[in-house]
Amino acid sequence: MTYRAGDFDVIVIGAGHAGCEAALAAARMGCETLLLTINLDMVAFMPCNPSVGGPAKGHVVREIDALGGEMGRNIDKTFIQMRMLNTAKGPAVHALRAQADKFMYQHKMKETIELQERLTLRQGLVEDLIIEDGACVGVVTKTGAEYGAKTVVLTTGTYLRGKVILGELMYESGPNNQQPAVKLSEALKRCGFQLARFKTGTPPRVHEDSIDFSKTEIQPGDNKPKYFSYETEYMAHSDDQIPCWLTYTSEETHQIINDNLYRAPMFSGLIEGTGPRYCPSIEDKIVRFADKPKHQIFLEPEGRNTKEFYVQGLSTSMPEEVQIDILRSIPGLEKVEMMRPGYAIEYDAVIPTQLWPSLETKLVPNLFTAGQINGTSGYEEAAGQGVMAGINAARKVQGADPVIIERSRGYIGVMIDDLVTKGTNEPYRLLTSRAEYRLLLRHDNADLRMTPIGYEIGLIKEERHRKFLEKKERVEAEINRLKETKFRPDEAVQSMLTSAESSLLNNSVDGITLLRRPELNYRHLEALSPSPIELTEDMKEQVEIQVKYTGYIEKQQIQVERMERMEKKRIPENIDYDIIYGLAVEAKQKLGKIRPLSIGQASRISGVTPADLSILLVHLEHYNRVTAAAHGS
Amino acid sequence: MNEDTIAAIATALGEGSIAVVRVSGQDAVDTVAKVFKSKQNLREAVSHTVHYGWIVDPQHDQVLDEVLVTVMKGPRSFTAEDVVEISTHGGIVAVKSVLELLLRHGARLAEPGEFTKRAFLNGRIDLAQAEAVIDLIRSKSDRAFQVARRQAEGSLSKQIIPMRQQLIELLAHVEVNIDYPEHDVEDVTSGFIRDNCSSVLREVEQLLIKSNEGKILREGIVTVIVGRPNAGKSSLLNALARENKAIVTDIPGTTRDIVEESVSLSGIPLRLLDTAGIRETSDKVEQIGVERSHGALNEADLILLVLNHHEPLHEDERKLLKQLKDRSTIVVVNKIDLPGQLEIEEVEQDYSRDRIVFLSAKEGNGIDLLEKAVSGLFFSGAVESGDITYVSNARHIALLHQTKRSLEEAISATQESVPIDLIQIDIAASWESLGQILGDAAGDSLLDQIFSQFCLGK
Repeated sequence: MTYRAGDFDVIVIGAGHAGCEAALAAARMGCETLLLTINLDMVAFMPCNPSVGGPAKGHVVREIDALGGEMGRNIDKTFIQMRMLNTAKGPAVHALRAQADKFMYQHKMKETIELQERLTLRQGLVEDLIIEDGACVGVVTKTGAEYGAKTVVLTTGTYLRGKVILGELMYESGPNNQQPAVKLSEALKRCGFQLARFKTGTPPRVHEDSIDFSKTEIQPGDNKPKYFSYETEYMAHSDDQIPCWLTYTSEETHQIINDNLYRAPMFSGLIEGTGPRYCPSIEDKIVRFADKPKHQIFLEPEGRNTKEFYVQGLSTSMPEEVQIDILRSIPGLEKVEMMRPGYAIEYDAVIPTQLWPSLETKLVPNLFTAGQINGTSGYEEAAGQGVMAGINAARKVQGADPVIIERSRGYIGVMIDDLVTKGTNEPYRLLTSRAEYRLLLRHDNADLRMTPIGYEIGLIKEERHRKFLEKKERVEAEINRLKETKFRPDEAVQSMLTSAESSLLNNSVDGITLLRRPELNYRHLEALSPSPIELTEDMKEQVEIQVKYTGYIEKQQIQVERMERMEKKRIPENIDYDIIYGLAVEAKQKLGKIRPLSIGQASRISGVTPADLSILLVHLEHYNRVTAAAHGS
Repeated sequence: MNEDTIAAIATALGEGSIAVVRVSGQDAVDTVAKVFKSKQNLREAVSHTVHYGWIVDPQHDQVLDEVLVTVMKGPRSFTAEDVVEISTHGGIVAVKSVLELLLRHGARLAEPGEFTKRAFLNGRIDLAQAEAVIDLIRSKSDRAFQVARRQAEGSLSKQIIPMRQQLIELLAHVEVNIDYPEHDVEDVTSGFIRDNCSSVLREVEQLLIKSNEGKILREGIVTVIVGRPNAGKSSLLNALARENKAIVTDIPGTTRDIVEESVSLSGIPLRLLDTAGIRETSDKVEQIGVERSHGALNEADLILLVLNHHEPLHEDERKLLKQLKDRSTIVVVNKIDLPGQLEIEEVEQDYSRDRIVFLSAKEGNGIDLLEKAVSGLFFSGAVESGDITYVSNARHIALLHQTKRSLEEAISATQESVPIDLIQIDIAASWESLGQILGDAAGDSLLDQIFSQFCLGK
């Protein structure tokens, strides 16, 4: 029996990190939005590591924030430790990483969702999609509730036909023993989707009071930390951070694992899904890197009001009793009390080449997917896709064109383009090395890259946009001022240079030339020539980076311009590659499958040669001229 | 109109009195102006004017050729972009060095059919010609692809692969430091980057020196020497290698038991393959050799069929003569120092006189005649891949220069305490330009390297 339970503009299925962003974005853009989740207590739950950020991932969090998303604000409200990583390296790879209070994180996100206008949060297990004329028009839950929608966003995480594996034990389950979504997977197959089977895993959790911290090294947070959100000004808990701890596996650990390998599902054949190479289980690491004598283990608190600790580096699906032995072979954990075992989880994912760059599926119009269902791994990757799927689901309802972030504009763009153009044969993780214009996609300039988009689509409010423009203008004004300010070889300048161990001036130079010296920074110049412009620390940092790295930045910008010419050459969606004269057979197949929207995207498909691209261009020109002629007559 | 600037040799490579290099794109005039010395500043030249002057390598202040330069501003040009044509002296050496110089000064080597493609896209070619344009791109690309594939097996590739491996291991290490800052992987130091980049740089410089001496051209026109055992194939090979500015590289040859030698005949690079003698045989080992010889024949651009002047035609030779008559084949009648017993009239039934050469490899007589016959065939266009081979060598040299520049920038950055993620940009650029020399064969991935070299994970 079913009943009509309501009609919405946008329905989001799943309230994890992708789903929360998607639902908030759609509602904030003016759509009546429903967010459905299997268990209301699991909103924004962190089933694995209690942390947010790091290289590339932290960049994404800032991009989400600059677009008007929630993850940055939410982690700022709930972190227990904040660190800036890579500070000894260049500005492009500085990366914030926070340890979260995972319970607070959930509560704050749930609260934000509950308070959001036009957003309805309900518990319900979706089992089917309602399809009319090939398009998705609603969903049906296990309890028989039928909801109508103009667009639907699927963010099912690892719940889709989830299966937990632990030693010889195997059972159908979502993460952390939640109910899996089994029937929805079948519904997707009926629609014609090709599904992949992926695997991920998590380490055991242990009791704080059973850890001997004296055998470990302390890993504190930063004094006066930075925040993820450009809106956050100060958080009192910055002054009350909790450290993490570092220890290592021992020879005994490796012995125990080797002795019990025959019971490891990774090697006994119980696991069929493909796991990520960058996130191997401890048993995998010991087999693949047999000559490495020890591996790092970080002990991370899961929150302020819990004794549970996350054992980073020890992801495993060994039997429970073996896990206890492994833990107790690690210095500092000799008497440890294991509270929950680690496990591996297998789940279904939609092969992401079945999506448009908007994250709408090619097979079923009005249906979008985001997060782990698209073959990614990580909260930040999920949230980045979530915000884009939410934006584009809302824009489709409003009859507007989708928003697509270019690879040169953000990591979110790099990730989505990789997924829909190349697909992935393992769970996809963002790395800074996946970006070809890393220096342009800095953590410090995410607002400069994304806020104009956020404002244009209505996710960034007037007040914030005004502040953003002010920052941009002042930074530009200060750079211009430095260009025009002459520093003469007088006593003040020379003594500053001496103290900074920089060579003395013979002639007058402008401020830009001086600031480009590696050993000098903005502070040195400021002391000699204070700016009449009121500048925050952020703005000064921006001035320094833009000036110091101009040479490299310009080099990358030239590449971007070349790339953009290719991106601007659009390919009509309804093009029939089979009838294009001269195109190689392989190119016809590949292009027909991916259906790229631009020559730029086509150029990134493996198996499409430069000759094929030339032929495609000639064909498009021919097509355009013929079409123009037809319209002209 | 805002496309990058491309260059290529526009005339057929031949013995004509002039050859033309064509440059097209928004920086065409500027690019040529950088290397053109004349009374007239090319940058101020009026459209559709011709200028007399010299092409000079500004780095070495060396005059390459005396030329006429024609400037045609877009849209009144073949491609509707700014086009500059440089008429050089004929032959190969001048035009090739001018092209190489332009590629070093900002022009990109045109893809096959690219001038025509641009002309079409810019509306200079009629709509009805679309299919013809596509045919041109397809056929030129396919031929270039074949040459590229062959070159991927060549000695240059064999030297580049280990250089790239060294760079990718360095890159993987840098990337791990960046993406896994808390991992117990040692930090890459400036010194380590400098050492690695310097050692690759030295090898690139070595290759460039060899290329200046013409020694990089091991990837020449595939020329197979074929004939009966003892017809004198090996002595012909040795004679060619000895007499003609032999390119004796220090690179080990391929593993197949076909002897290889690279020579330059009148400036034409030949990759000579001496095959096992072809004859009907029941000996199993010999059969394998004979099969390989047949295989080599199928891939040959040019065939030198060696006959023994001192013996009557053998059945095997009659078969070969028939089989090869429609290919680019030159019949070499060897051992003319010995009394003749060969039925030359029979050969002449299928081969014109200019395709038959009489010589004595042992005495060295007549090698010059062979040289003339080969260049005749080559310049008449009968040898298919000749021009492409040349052009791709020019491209390789340009890419090696690009690699060199990137490595030098990386090295100098290590001395100026530039952060590693910025130095990485130049290391990656050098790795990529070396990869472009390999083409499709380069198919490796940085991520694969990272995850196989380092143990990472949570």
